[in-house]
Amino acid sequence: MADVAARARNSARAAALSRVSDALWRRPSLLLLALVVPPLLWLGIVYLGSLFALLAHSFFSIDEFSGLVKYELTLKTYAELFRASNFDILVRTILMASAVTVAAAVVAFPIAYFAARHARGRWKAAFYLGVMLPLWSSYLVRVYSWKLILAKEGILNWVFETLRLTWLLEAYLSVPGIGGNSLSVSWTGTFLVFLYIWLPFMILPVQAALERVPPSMLEASGDLGARPGQTVRNVVLPLALPGIAAGSIFTFSLTMGDYIIPQIVGTSARMIGQAVYQFQGTAGNIPLAAAFAVVPVVVMGFYLTLARRTGAFDAL
Amino acid sequence: MRSRAALGLKIAAIGGLLFLHLPILLIFIYAFTTEDKSYQWPPPGLTLKWFAVTWNRPDVWAALGLSLRVAAISTAIAMLLGTLCAAAVARSRFFGREAVSLLVILPIALPGIITGISLRSAFSVADIPFSFWTIVLGHATFCIVVVYNNAVARFRRTSGSLIEASMDLGATHFQTLRFVIMPNMATALLAGGMLAFALSFDEVIVTTFTAGQQQTLPIWMLEELVRPRQRPVTNVVAMVVVLVTFLPILGAYHLSRGTETVAGQGK
Repeated sequence: MADVAARARNSARAAALSRVSDALWRRPSLLLLALVVPPLLWLGIVYLGSLFALLAHSFFSIDEFSGLVKYELTLKTYAELFRASNFDILVRTILMASAVTVAAAVVAFPIAYFAARHARGRWKAAFYLGVMLPLWSSYLVRVYSWKLILAKEGILNWVFETLRLTWLLEAYLSVPGIGGNSLSVSWTGTFLVFLYIWLPFMILPVQAALERVPPSMLEASGDLGARPGQTVRNVVLPLALPGIAAGSIFTFSLTMGDYIIPQIVGTSARMIGQAVYQFQGTAGNIPLAAAFAVVPVVVMGFYLTLARRTGAFDAL
Repeated sequence: MRSRAALGLKIAAIGGLLFLHLPILLIFIYAFTTEDKSYQWPPPGLTLKWFAVTWNRPDVWAALGLSLRVAAISTAIAMLLGTLCAAAVARSRFFGREAVSLLVILPIALPGIITGISLRSAFSVADIPFSFWTIVLGHATFCIVVVYNNAVARFRRTSGSLIEASMDLGATHFQTLRFVIMPNMATALLAGGMLAFALSFDEVIVTTFTAGQQQTLPIWMLEELVRPRQRPVTNVVAMVVVLVTFLPILGAYHLSRGTETVAGQGK
């Protein structure tokens, strides 16, 4: 008896399911809606909603006496961005992001070129994993490793000492702007850590772009009398450019928004990320924090429009 | 041409890889050092003592537990939403399709601090107190893109005629999903899920804005980095974190090997 009842229940369920399925078949838009609505609801409410809240806050201001947020539309907070101390933060951050991006492209290119054109089989897998593992492994731990490296008693100073080159390091550190008391509190230190952390983001798209270059094209270039250097400059580089542009989106954007690396390694001068963090936290000035945060969004907007022209999005 | 790499290129490529990996190896050595007051190199001696010390630290265990729970739930949400979205974008053309794929990528394309402070101001506007779920909310949002990338690549290579054939032979949508689509997608989803897990387990920037007083493992580490109090314990935790995140990455690599997918493309 129980068996029959169970079977009846099962077939009723199957019938209901197939009715739903038929309805979906007759109206494919229904299926599409069922697929696309849940993720859109989530991203629309959680993400876009939050972005909107941020944007809204940047048009409010803080009351100087009570320290509370005044919910009145004003551009006062944006005007504050152009005060010398705040404007310095913006300039400094964008300079750092540009320097990191250029350096990452230079260091990444040979790795990507070798992995794309010369590595085969086992080596290819090794190169691939060699880039993927650091990319996905812990960001904080990798930053931490540089704290160990750059520390006064750490391995880098030890290497310089063993090679009797401490004078060279000290001469370098006395250069104003890039130097400092020690590497771990200098802009060079911050720069090195940024380069280290974001490098894999540059290697992968460049490698993907180089893999799409047909070998016959390089052979043709050689047959037409180009020296290897000329081939690289006139054939390979232009074809790799979309990949470099794609990678630069990541290195630039990630450097601009980071607040942890300059906090742990570097001088006391702040970057945008730190300013955002401090204004929203200890200072409790959410409008100014929001206005600061809008800057990278706007810069990235321009950057993405430029990058689209080079075909970077097809290289992602 | 292909087999002979110039010596300079070889050196630059291998030097670049070393630059990426030596710092991580250094962490492993520091986990065994006897020195506990500074980052002295070379280590004056080696010991296993700090592993036992770390094992007996309740705060480390609590942070680890929270991180694992957040990562598990965020991954589950991201797998569901990411797969749905990928199915829609890969299988049909509709109005706003480009906008949907941009929307999915946005949380990871914009700097993490933007996502973080956006969520923070949304919570403050909506009067939502910080909790376990506010962390999950943030993590799931940026994990969707990882699952989505893996799923969409696989969907594109799964031939549409397979699905049509299944339906022509009388299978319902659900049967097709169960017997045709799922077996095709399984490894891509698993790979995406693993990477999403690794991403969430490791995330710190967004989390600092959405966690309130709670400590995930990365936040615990961040406090140690800013104000080092217990260097040896931090060294051990750092080493364990590296080993733990390597597992899902290697797993994802094995699952998507030979399928032309670059796992986690465009993180």
